[in-house]
Amino acid sequence: MTASLLRISGMELEVERRGQGAPLLVLCGEEALELDSPVLAELARDHELIIPSPPGFGRSGRPDWIETPDDISYLYLDLVETLGLPKLPAVGFSLGGWIALEMAAKDDSFLSHLVLVDPYGVKIGGPTDRDIADVWTLHPKRVAALKWFDQDKGRRDFTAMSDGELTIVARNNESFARFCWDPYMHNPKLKRFLHRVRVPTLFVWGEHDGIVTPDYGRAYSRLVPGADFATIGGAGHYPHLEQPAEFMTLVRGFLG
Amino acid sequence: MDVWHFTEMPYPHLPPFDELTTIRVTLPGKHFDPNIGADLFNRYLDEYVIADELGFNHMLNEHHQTATCLDVAAPLSAAILARQTRHGRICILGNPVANRGDPVRIAEEMAMIDCICRGRLDVGFVRGVPYEIFAANTNPTQTVERLWEGIDLAVKAWTTHDAPFNFEGRFTRRRAINLWPRPYQQPHPPVWITGSSDLDSIRKAAGRGYVFATFLQPYDKVKELFDAYRSAYLDQGLPGGGGTAFMPLVYTGETEADAEGGAREIIWYMNAKTEPQFRNPPGYVPVELNVQALRGAFSGRTEAMRAQGLEFQREQGVVMYGTPDQVAAQVRRFYDRVGGFDHLLVMQQAGFLDHKRTVASMTLFAKEVLPQIRGLARTRPLNAKGAAE
Repeated sequence: MTASLLRISGMELEVERRGQGAPLLVLCGEEALELDSPVLAELARDHELIIPSPPGFGRSGRPDWIETPDDISYLYLDLVETLGLPKLPAVGFSLGGWIALEMAAKDDSFLSHLVLVDPYGVKIGGPTDRDIADVWTLHPKRVAALKWFDQDKGRRDFTAMSDGELTIVARNNESFARFCWDPYMHNPKLKRFLHRVRVPTLFVWGEHDGIVTPDYGRAYSRLVPGADFATIGGAGHYPHLEQPAEFMTLVRGFLG
Repeated sequence: MDVWHFTEMPYPHLPPFDELTTIRVTLPGKHFDPNIGADLFNRYLDEYVIADELGFNHMLNEHHQTATCLDVAAPLSAAILARQTRHGRICILGNPVANRGDPVRIAEEMAMIDCICRGRLDVGFVRGVPYEIFAANTNPTQTVERLWEGIDLAVKAWTTHDAPFNFEGRFTRRRAINLWPRPYQQPHPPVWITGSSDLDSIRKAAGRGYVFATFLQPYDKVKELFDAYRSAYLDQGLPGGGGTAFMPLVYTGETEADAEGGAREIIWYMNAKTEPQFRNPPGYVPVELNVQALRGAFSGRTEAMRAQGLEFQREQGVVMYGTPDQVAAQVRRFYDRVGGFDHLLVMQQAGFLDHKRTVASMTLFAKEVLPQIRGLARTRPLNAKGAAE
């Protein structure tokens, strides 16, 4: 496993490469909980995982001009070109799923398959509909209850972490707000361009996700032509963390 | 030393605090009775008029979606005082330019008020406390940058008289900016900013000759901030002006028992509850402080002071109360401990403190404290260049 800083579009982007086999692009969620998860360990057994950290996350820089997931998608398209990768599948979790769709709507020619796990990114309802639970206005305990089917799986012991680890956690939180505060967790234009995504696409959703509900997910998936939609029981916003075995069965079946 | 009367215009007639989870941001508006509100607005404005007759200057601020402060538009209350007062200066502390945006509109409003009161206006700009982020829906990670772009544009609008100019900045884009009216005071009214830890902003304020104000902080912290301001002051070749300001809660009583009773009423302000997510939105404070927050060692800057008792708050200078001589002694002690300062902002009303007791405290302060502290000298710069002069 190696992580290095690459110069992309005039900024430093942290990119980890892990495992051996056909390359697979992994776009983590805003909390980057995937990095230590069994799911990535499993995927790395037969893929070389390419795992970039978005600007302001991990050890990536965060220039002022990058303000939205839309901006980040251009960086990532540059990254794919720079690495000279063959056509490859991509898996995007939560915020990472949103960024993956921003990329694919611009250019899906580098993709073979797309897996999106409880992504944000579009607004389905009207002005007073709360499509995406407001994680910054709700009490943190309420947010945890909406996010996890089993809240014990979401508990993190920050007192046991080093300053370096906590700095990354705090910086990830801050950067998530930088890019997603307003418009809240969506790009008003994205749904107008999702018809451009023509690669085989699978939406995976936690049945008990209270941040973005399965109904939101179904409506979102219908914006991508021919996309499949699957739910996983006993899971909230992170079905791949709460039910990794079922998640892997779905993904392996889809990627073939 | 200049002294400024202040109330945040609270609405204290709420269900008991233990029945509420927050009185900021999401407390439903059904708890506001417009009849009580009308009485309160008029009463608080009356107290400013009384303050004017007593010899105080006036400080106003604004907040949004909170029972702690009914003044949601300081330019409106300042415009009222511009007509209803005659003597004291009027300081808006401040215009929340980071949250409100539209610095050109703010510059216009300030110019109009400054003309109406014939140059009695001081114009503060504030970044806004964390709770304000939610009502304004401002990105919490960019408030400092928005503050300074806004201040610099407002000042440029005040001071550009010969031709319109355009501005295409990071947060504001305007064409043909051309102020009518322009300010009564030339080149522009005194500018103030507030801060509680950001040394970069303090140095910028010093470099531009702006007054730096801080609120309800213990004296050792205030000294650190004022020292940073003073040591930056002359190094930057200032045109003049500037100064430092501090705001404690203040109650002046006939007796010690009366004063302690009043102090216990006004610290209502510090006990006002707020849910944790509103106290520290992501990116409002630097990453280093959020590392401490994750460890549970930081939960917002006012929380530490709030948890301590009244005696501790008096010792720290955050609450000043007592008989007139005791209050004057506390002001002088604070002045000595922080290396001197120029403006005392006295928050003399908060919570349920009623009109009669508020006016009694204000009157005692004006007649018996003010004469004892008015002569405290303006401060001197601390740096080598200042010391040599």
